[in-house]
Amino acid sequence: MNLDFGQIIPSLPFILQGILVTLRFTVLSALLGFTLGTLLSLLKISSIKPLRWFAEFYTSIFRGTPLILQLALVYFATPQIIGYKITPIEAGVFTFSLNSAAYSSETIRAGIMAVDKGQREASMSLGVAYRPMMLDIILPQAFKNILPALVNETIALLKDSALVSTIGVLDLMRRAQVVAGQTFLYFEPLLVVGVVYYVMVMGLTQAAQVLERRMRRSD
Amino acid sequence: MIRIEHLVKSFGPLEVLKDISTQVDTGEVVAIIGPSGSGKSTLLRCINLLEVPTAGHIFIDGIDITSPKCDILKVRQNVGMVFQHFNLFPHKTVLGNLTYAPMKVKGLSKADAGKIALDLLAKVGLSEKADQYPSRLSGGQKQRVAIARALAMEPDIMLFDEPTSALDPEMVKEVLDVMKGLADTGITMCIVTHEMGFAREVADRVLFLDGGYLVEDAPPDIFFSSPKSDRAQQFLEKVL
Repeated sequence: MNLDFGQIIPSLPFILQGILVTLRFTVLSALLGFTLGTLLSLLKISSIKPLRWFAEFYTSIFRGTPLILQLALVYFATPQIIGYKITPIEAGVFTFSLNSAAYSSETIRAGIMAVDKGQREASMSLGVAYRPMMLDIILPQAFKNILPALVNETIALLKDSALVSTIGVLDLMRRAQVVAGQTFLYFEPLLVVGVVYYVMVMGLTQAAQVLERRMRRSD
Repeated sequence: MIRIEHLVKSFGPLEVLKDISTQVDTGEVVAIIGPSGSGKSTLLRCINLLEVPTAGHIFIDGIDITSPKCDILKVRQNVGMVFQHFNLFPHKTVLGNLTYAPMKVKGLSKADAGKIALDLLAKVGLSEKADQYPSRLSGGQKQRVAIARALAMEPDIMLFDEPTSALDPEMVKEVLDVMKGLADTGITMCIVTHEMGFAREVADRVLFLDGGYLVEDAPPDIFFSSPKSDRAQQFLEKVL
């Protein structure tokens, strides 16, 4: 076994620029996904049956099919169906947001249900309308409870984001492959991005712990 | 003034309130008592529409709140409620609990809402707790904050749903004292309670419910000394 990291050093800046791509992709997908997931979760607990059915159906579709298939479908079929030439990044963020919404909506729904119903009654008795009640009273408490689960979901998003390399987004994974193609070295660039992914996930975990401690100050 | 006419409330096949009619005048303090499961809490919760009546009408100051045209949020702004389990907002400070609804619902400025809140906290004896989170308070303190929170909306009517039932015995008095002080201010109060001594001392009238029926409706001295119905006599024998 002869490892030659020396040969890929010139390519390191190229690889590391992928951090920003991957990070931006993950943050954007997570924010959009959780926002959409929150809306879906509200549909799931609504008293209007068709809205509930829609949300359940939506979730079943995105949970019931492979993510890479959804990604390919959005990227390759969009130009064919609506004639819009979607960029790889757009296709990636779109698919990952929709997918993440399906998964997080279940978590958020459980989080909302776990908030004591007295909170709802107290808000109602004060004349607070549905929207501010949800935004100011119920959801902050729900999110506090499900923060660990949402961090897990974000970590999964971060790692799954490597899938967008299959549609040509120049993320960390794709850059490693490009360097491998140029240098005919596989182990070294893949190992480098493996370490980078690991460090990013650890960083995210740490940040989440800090956030969780801050949110627990009212306990 | 609250006027209740032929109020019926069912949960599925179970009829919890059966044809209740009564009236609570402005400034009156009414104690609602009765065995558990008699429908006391449900009756109270119908008055601010936390429970939607199955049939009958409830008028507050002449407005039929059971009418579909009625703005429920508007009604609730004028009817404060205190719960058995306090239901303070745990992620807001005591001051935040008191200022939230006046700012959000009535559109008061932070300064104005804060002034009202601090005033009320002083009245319930908790000025020094303004910046604490509810988790740091004792049960009695939490309930006093909850009373202040409801009063911060400056309602004309206050509903109390077993306000001392979840408290340790030594904390009951501090809450009852606050309620006594409130009764003297001339606000209309409806209190579901198991504190017979308190009902006797503070209430202008006692409503006795049993099995969903309003069995007795009398001033406390008459109700406690010579209840008309057998059911009320049996109840009082057990609790007094």
